[in-house]
Amino acid sequence: MGHPVVILVAQRIALGLLLLLAVSVLIFVGTQLLPGDVAQAILGQSATPESLANLREQLGLNEPALTRYFSWLGGILQGDLGVALTNGQDIATAMGQRLGNTMFLAFWAAIISVPLAILLGLIAARYAGRWPDKVISGVTLTTISLPEFVVGYIVLYFIAVRWQLLPSMSMVFPGMGVFERLHAVLLPVIVLVMVVLAHMMRMTRAAILNVMQSAYIETAELKGLTPFNVIWKHAFPNAIAPVVNVVMLNLAYLVVGVVVVEVVFVYPGMGQYLVDHVAKRDVPVVQACGLVFAAVYIGLNILADVISILANPRLRHPK
Amino acid sequence: MPDLLEIKNLRIEATAYPPGEPPRDVVLVDDVSVSVAQGKVLGLIGESGAGKSTIGLSAMAYGRGGVRLTGGQVMLNGRDLLKQGASSLRGLRGREVTYVAQSAAAAFNPAKRLMEQVIETTLLHGLMTRDQAETRAVGLFRTLGLPNPETFGARYPHQVSGGQLQRAMTAMALCPKPDLVIFDEPTTALDVTTQIDVLAAIKDAIRDTGVAALYITHDLAVVAQVADDILVLRGGKKVEYGTTRQIITDPQQPYTQALVSVRSIDHEEKKEAPSVLSVAQVTARYRGTTFDVLKNVTVDLPAGQTLAVVGESGSGKSTLARVITGLLPASAGRITFAGRALSPALSSRTKNDLRELQMIYQMADTAMNPRQTVGTIIGRPLEFYFGLRGDAKRRRVQDLLDQIEMGKGYLDRYPAELSGGQKQRVCIARALAAKPKLIICDEVTSALDPLVADGILKLLLNLQAQEGVAYLFITHDLATVRAIADRIAVMYRGEVVRYGTKSDVLAPPFDNYTDLLLSSVPEMRLGWLEEVLAHRKMESAGN
Amino acid sequence: MRRIPISALIGMVLTGAFFACAIFADLIAPYNMAEIVGGVWDPMSDKHWLGTDAIGRDLLSRMIYGAQTTIWVATMATILSFSLGSVLGFLAATVGGWVDQALSRFVDLIMAIPSLILALVILSVMPVTLTVLIMVMGLLDATRVYRLSRAVAVDITVMDYVEAARLRGEGQSWIIFHEILPNALSPLVAELGLRFIFAVLFISTLSFLGLGVQPPLADWGGLVKENSAGLVYGIPAALIPAMAIALLAISVNLVADWILGRTTSLKGGRGA
Repeated sequence: MGHPVVILVAQRIALGLLLLLAVSVLIFVGTQLLPGDVAQAILGQSATPESLANLREQLGLNEPALTRYFSWLGGILQGDLGVALTNGQDIATAMGQRLGNTMFLAFWAAIISVPLAILLGLIAARYAGRWPDKVISGVTLTTISLPEFVVGYIVLYFIAVRWQLLPSMSMVFPGMGVFERLHAVLLPVIVLVMVVLAHMMRMTRAAILNVMQSAYIETAELKGLTPFNVIWKHAFPNAIAPVVNVVMLNLAYLVVGVVVVEVVFVYPGMGQYLVDHVAKRDVPVVQACGLVFAAVYIGLNILADVISILANPRLRHPK
Repeated sequence: MPDLLEIKNLRIEATAYPPGEPPRDVVLVDDVSVSVAQGKVLGLIGESGAGKSTIGLSAMAYGRGGVRLTGGQVMLNGRDLLKQGASSLRGLRGREVTYVAQSAAAAFNPAKRLMEQVIETTLLHGLMTRDQAETRAVGLFRTLGLPNPETFGARYPHQVSGGQLQRAMTAMALCPKPDLVIFDEPTTALDVTTQIDVLAAIKDAIRDTGVAALYITHDLAVVAQVADDILVLRGGKKVEYGTTRQIITDPQQPYTQALVSVRSIDHEEKKEAPSVLSVAQVTARYRGTTFDVLKNVTVDLPAGQTLAVVGESGSGKSTLARVITGLLPASAGRITFAGRALSPALSSRTKNDLRELQMIYQMADTAMNPRQTVGTIIGRPLEFYFGLRGDAKRRRVQDLLDQIEMGKGYLDRYPAELSGGQKQRVCIARALAAKPKLIICDEVTSALDPLVADGILKLLLNLQAQEGVAYLFITHDLATVRAIADRIAVMYRGEVVRYGTKSDVLAPPFDNYTDLLLSSVPEMRLGWLEEVLAHRKMESAGN
Repeated sequence: MRRIPISALIGMVLTGAFFACAIFADLIAPYNMAEIVGGVWDPMSDKHWLGTDAIGRDLLSRMIYGAQTTIWVATMATILSFSLGSVLGFLAATVGGWVDQALSRFVDLIMAIPSLILALVILSVMPVTLTVLIMVMGLLDATRVYRLSRAVAVDITVMDYVEAARLRGEGQSWIIFHEILPNALSPLVAELGLRFIFAVLFISTLSFLGLGVQPPLADWGGLVKENSAGLVYGIPAALIPAMAIALLAISVNLVADWILGRTTSLKGGRGA
């Protein structure tokens, strides 16, 4: 590996960490310094002054914001995400189990959707402007217009209720076998795949078409290469970076989809956890969940950038 | 025995998709017949849109985009290519006929090493073993004058210069020992001093390998150096077809005659006069860089005359224009304009300074707001500088349109509805509307076809005679300089290496760079290339 | 006038119909939205075209009033995000320097967190009212409009005709309004449609999660939530508002797609 690439990758990762730090500030500021007093928001308008003062004391609201931020951040760096207001549970412990569940769901959605999207994208690009492309584009334009929960309920109504093929609730508990677990999460996985697939496929198609318009593709055609060899030998090496970018971007998008889909199927994951505690105005849990989601999102974006850097011949082989 | 390539009554069509209208078929090439014998070079020449590249690619039975070969015959080695199936065409593309593109930089796959791409066809068609092919490629690199031929192939396209890439592409085309090579404007994208070396390398390679070639270009002087025969095309139709000697020395058709005599504007050098613009010891660099793009530049432009600033890309000639207009304030030096010191930065200049110093751009397309009509474009300076409105403004715009030899009907047209030459004329009218003392012309004819460019130059000279406006004329084209300059400044790497009246600058003895530059401009006569190569003092920067 | 393709025409008609429902909700709706007029999840009938909901209110009437809320919130959020985002985007592109740097880095920061997550974080401490929802959605989405309008404007500011205007001595506002804006309009109008769809999906999702429009008001996302329990018993009432959301989004998409296509073909025409 060349020297400049290492520096570039290191820079990109450092920048990502800096961004994550800034995000932690933003989340903290967003939850602590907004016009509504947190204690007031939690207890509602009818709260007595004493209970308000108690809660403020408990939340440490009487200390300066900067001190509170640094003690919060210091805790996070040591793996201490604080304690939930509503039930006094340790957030890190409660989150651990759920994070695993969410990852399981996202993992299978990714495993299915990524190869499928790339394959469909290739087909659409190969037959650009002809009927396979038009069918795929038409269907995906429709799915893009649907919010996750609409897809979720349509799938749930038909597959689980009408045809009774799969359970409508995705119950998972510790000690379940992998196959049992997989059976339980199949429905939300299908929904997530549908939600991510359309975006990913459209962007893959655009990325490949973009490469196919390059002059060197014409050169390859004029050399007498078969269409397959033109794509495999000349288009593909140059399409890796944009396609990987597309995939990462959509996996990041999956992070959002997961929140809603978990609520639809009552799946005990991070999304459900976050939404429940937003409704209960449990600020420490919301902060911790927000930070975890943002970290995953930023991490995937860094990964996409790093792969682009590694795939770029100009950077790999400098002058 | 039939010729290697025989094209008979070729007709080529495409489907156009004008926005908002139903698609319609257009004829790109109509009834063109031509032939190339073994080992001969045919030049295809014409303006943009003449159909020359389309005909060139038809020799591979290839149509770009939606282009279709709809009539006639393309016979290669006795077979009609238009009747071959896809796999038979693949068998002969890259083996019997190969292609060299205008922009080698785009035509090479950025992700693969050069050697891999150069020998790909040879291996694909099973013509040689890998070792043989690599040996042949190295030999071709040597013939084409590439540096370190043994290791050259290990590099990636972005690691070598444009002139070298163009030669590597020639090697790629010659490697499988084809019968015919199509050269599609192979030197057009290169600087003039690099062009000559690539041209010579291509000519040598064609001679050494005995291959036949189709050489496509818009520059008659270039093709005259390499071709045996020339086909002149216009609007997809044949204008004239003959030997190179006949076309150059005895053209029959008026269009060909115009092409041959282009660049033969006679311009008398004007007498000394007081300066309208003096640039004294100007140095400039772009913000955030540590490199001076202009070093100690001193030039003088007499009122009502033309100073041509000549140089290749990267010479700093366009930067000089930016410094004079105030877009890039000079870091040192003085500029005096119309007898007063000109403030370095645009923001602190008076409205009168701005009015008297106008600019015309290379790309008339991007120099006009596509959402404004010609009337608005020319009218705005009148309104802005002179407060003209309504009828008075409209009358003045019409006067200006008359001055640039465009009729009444153009007032309400949009730029997209004009031809390239008309667009540039409108830009000239916009500059003229301000009644300037000086107009900076930045490569104003470079993007135009030769005959159109000629018209623009004549117009500029006429306007100078009428209005007494001075031009600072930036160009890389010495023929243009000869046609219009009173004074010349030759720039090289940010410095003025030669400056004076036209007669002094263009007369020997020359410094090395001016010699290289002057000698690199193709001349419209046979045998020029050989003569030049025989007595050059300096290698071009592209090597 | 150029011919409008059939898909765009369908999109326009449907979009128009939805907006008409929203504007004239009081005139069209057969029942009051809060009135209990039938049994729990009555099937479709002459009296109740779409049946009744989880506590026996007329679903059609609730759908029509729901349209009003959904479209009102989405429209206001779009207007907010658009005016804020495009003004700041143009400003950053034309002024440049530290203004551009500061705005762009701040937008990078906001966009480093998925919008839904950030919205949830903010809503966890804010009172959930329509105004707050519109503000949160509008501000978050303004970042996307900012990026687009800045990119479009930057592309235009490097054009020679903008430089020509600068050399002529034109002021900043003339350059923005006469040189940049007319050329940036088409891509921005297409984007307007996409932002509106996004706002519809966003408010629906928030309401579905129970963190958007609060009872007794109801929007389509909220209607899905209210009636979702019936799905497990095979009662498809929740699918009706779900379909309405999808239909509105698709209709606007069809129109936006057409406008976008027109813009690109215009560019192609100029280049050729």
